[in-house]
Amino acid sequence: MNALDYLVLLGVLVSIAVYGMWRTRGHHNLRSYLKGSRETRWFTIGLSVMATQASAITFLSTPGQGYESGLGFVQNYFGAPLALIVIAVVFLPIYRKLNVYTAYEYLGKRFDAKTRLLGAGLFLLQRGLGAGITIYAPAIVLSTVMGWRLDLTIVSTGLLVVFYTVAGGSDAVNLTQKYQIGVIFVGMVTAFFVLLARLPAGLTFHDALTVAGGFHKLEAVDFSLNPDRRYTIWTGVLGGMFLALSYFGTDQSQVQRYLTGASLRESRLGLMFNAIFKIPMQFFILLLGALVFVFYQFERPPVFFNQAAWHYQVDHGSGEKLRALEKDFATAHAEKERQIQAWIAARHAGNDSAAETARAAALAANVRTEAARTETKAVLRAADPKTTVNDSDYVFITFILDHLPHGMIGLLVAVFFAAAFSSKAGELNALGSTTTVDIYRHIVKRDASDAHYVTASKWFTTLWGLVAIGFALFASLAENLIQATNIIGSVFYGVVLGIFLLAFFFKQIGGTAVFWAALAAQTLVLVFYFTLSISYLWYNVIGCAACMLLGFILQSFLPVNHAHASE
Amino acid sequence: MPPPRTKDATTGEGTRPPPPDDATTGLPGFRSWRSVYLFVLGVFVLWVVLLTVLTEVYS
Repeated sequence: MNALDYLVLLGVLVSIAVYGMWRTRGHHNLRSYLKGSRETRWFTIGLSVMATQASAITFLSTPGQGYESGLGFVQNYFGAPLALIVIAVVFLPIYRKLNVYTAYEYLGKRFDAKTRLLGAGLFLLQRGLGAGITIYAPAIVLSTVMGWRLDLTIVSTGLLVVFYTVAGGSDAVNLTQKYQIGVIFVGMVTAFFVLLARLPAGLTFHDALTVAGGFHKLEAVDFSLNPDRRYTIWTGVLGGMFLALSYFGTDQSQVQRYLTGASLRESRLGLMFNAIFKIPMQFFILLLGALVFVFYQFERPPVFFNQAAWHYQVDHGSGEKLRALEKDFATAHAEKERQIQAWIAARHAGNDSAAETARAAALAANVRTEAARTETKAVLRAADPKTTVNDSDYVFITFILDHLPHGMIGLLVAVFFAAAFSSKAGELNALGSTTTVDIYRHIVKRDASDAHYVTASKWFTTLWGLVAIGFALFASLAENLIQATNIIGSVFYGVVLGIFLLAFFFKQIGGTAVFWAALAAQTLVLVFYFTLSISYLWYNVIGCAACMLLGFILQSFLPVNHAHASE
Repeated sequence: MPPPRTKDATTGEGTRPPPPDDATTGLPGFRSWRSVYLFVLGVFVLWVVLLTVLTEVYS
C-alpha cells in the first residue's frame, strides 16, 4: 500500500464514523439511544440488517471459500428467505406490539424472569465470543499481509468502533452501516470488473466459467443426502432456515436493527429486502472467489497464500524444502496452464475430444499442484505447530495487493474495515442493550432515571468492546474464519430458537418447563458437537427440536400454564 | 375514534389492531403482504433453479 491507498482508507473510514456521530449527536433518553429515533425507513433497515451480518470475514474469507471449494457454500443461505418471511409474519408484529427493547424482554413477558435471563445469557455468551472473532479475523489477515502489528491493529480498530457506537447509539450504528455497506458494494463490484479485465485476452466470461466448472468450482447445488456433507440443499434449506430464524429473529444484534423502523411496514420491508438480496449477494462473493481461481490458472499464485508465514520459515531453517516444493509447484502449474490453454483452444475450434483430453491433463496437473501445496503445509506445520495451514482467508487479499492498482487497494482494504466496523457496531450495540435492559435494569437497579440507564448502557457497550478486544488479542483459529463464526452460532442458536418457538406457538408451555428443557438441550448439543462429525448446520435443528420436545415432556409433569404474563 | 381493542393471542393483553399504515405494503403492484411474501418465495425458487442449472451446465 502506498500513500494514496492510506489516504483512501483513512478518508473513507474516519469520515463515515465522524459523520455518523455528528448526525446522531444529542440522544439522551434510553428509547432513542437503544431503539433509535424510530424514524428509520425500510431501505436503511435493510442495509443495516445486511451490514450487521456481513462482517469483514464475509468479504475476506468467502472469496477464499469460493476459490478453495467453489460455490457450494451459497446453500448455507437457502434458508434465509424462508426464515425472514416467518419473522416478518410472526416475530416482528409481536415485538413491535409489546414495544420491547430486546427480544429477551419478550421472554420475560411471555414466561418468567429466569427464562428471560437464560435467553439473554445465551445471547451474551455466544455473541460475546463472536464479537472477538469479528475483530480478530480481519486483523490477523490484514496485519499479516500488510506487515502491521497484530495487537495494534486489533486495539486501534476495536477502539474506533467502540468510540462511535458508544457516542451515537443505535441511530449512529444504522446510519454508519448504510454508508459502510455502500463502500462495500462499490469496492466489491469494482474488484469484480478489474478481475474480469485481468483475465487473459481472448478468454470470454463463458470460457472463465467453463474453466471454473471444469475444476468443480461451480457446483452450487448439491442434492446429496449424505449427512457428513457440510453443504447440501437440505442442510441449507432446513439447517440454514433454523440458523437464519434464530439469528434474524432472536439475536439482539439483528432484532435491534429492525426495531428502529418507523412502522411495522418499514421493518417488514427491510427484512424482505434481505430475503431477496441475501442469496445473490453471497453468490456474487463466492463467484468472485471462483473467478480469482480462474485468474490464478493463468498467473502463477504463491504456493502458500500466507506469504508472511512461508517467508518466515524459508528464512528460518526450512528454506531448502520449501524452495524445492515451490519449484515442483511452478512446474506443475506451468503444465496446467498449458493444458488449459489447449482445452480452451480446442473448445473454440469445436474439437470436443481434444478439449476433453486437455481438460483431463489439466486436472492431472492440478493434482500435482495441490500435492505440492499439501506438502508445503505439512512442512510449515512441522516447523511450527502453531502455523494455521488453512490459507484460503489470504487468497482474496493477496489478489488485491498483487494485482489491483493503487487507490483501489486502499478502497478494498477500506471495504474490509468498513465491514468489520459495521458488524462490530451492531454486536456491541446489542450486547450493551441486552446487558442494560435484561440484566442491569431488571436485576440490579430497577427504578433509576433514563439518563442513568443511558450512561449504564454506554459503560456496558464499552465493557463489551474491551472484552471483544481482549478476546481478539488472545484468539487463535484453525477453521476458515467464515465457518468458525457460523459454527459458534449454530451451537447456541438452535436452543434459543426453540425457546422462542415455544413462546410464540405453544401457549400451554410455561417458563419452568422451557427453562430446564433449554438447559438440557444446550448440554445435549455441546455433547454432540464434541462427539459427532455431522454438518454444524444440523445443530440448529437438533438444538431447537430437543428444546421443544423436552419442553413438552417436562410440561406434562408440571401444572398447566394459565398465565402468560408474569411481569 | 380509536379502533376497538382485541385480545392478544401472545400475552393475553388487550391490544389494538395494527394501524392502516402497516396493513398496506406501500409498494406498487403489491396490494397485500401475502403477495409480497409470494414474490419473495418466487425469487428464492428462481435462484435455486438458476444455481441448479449453473451446476449442471458447467459441471
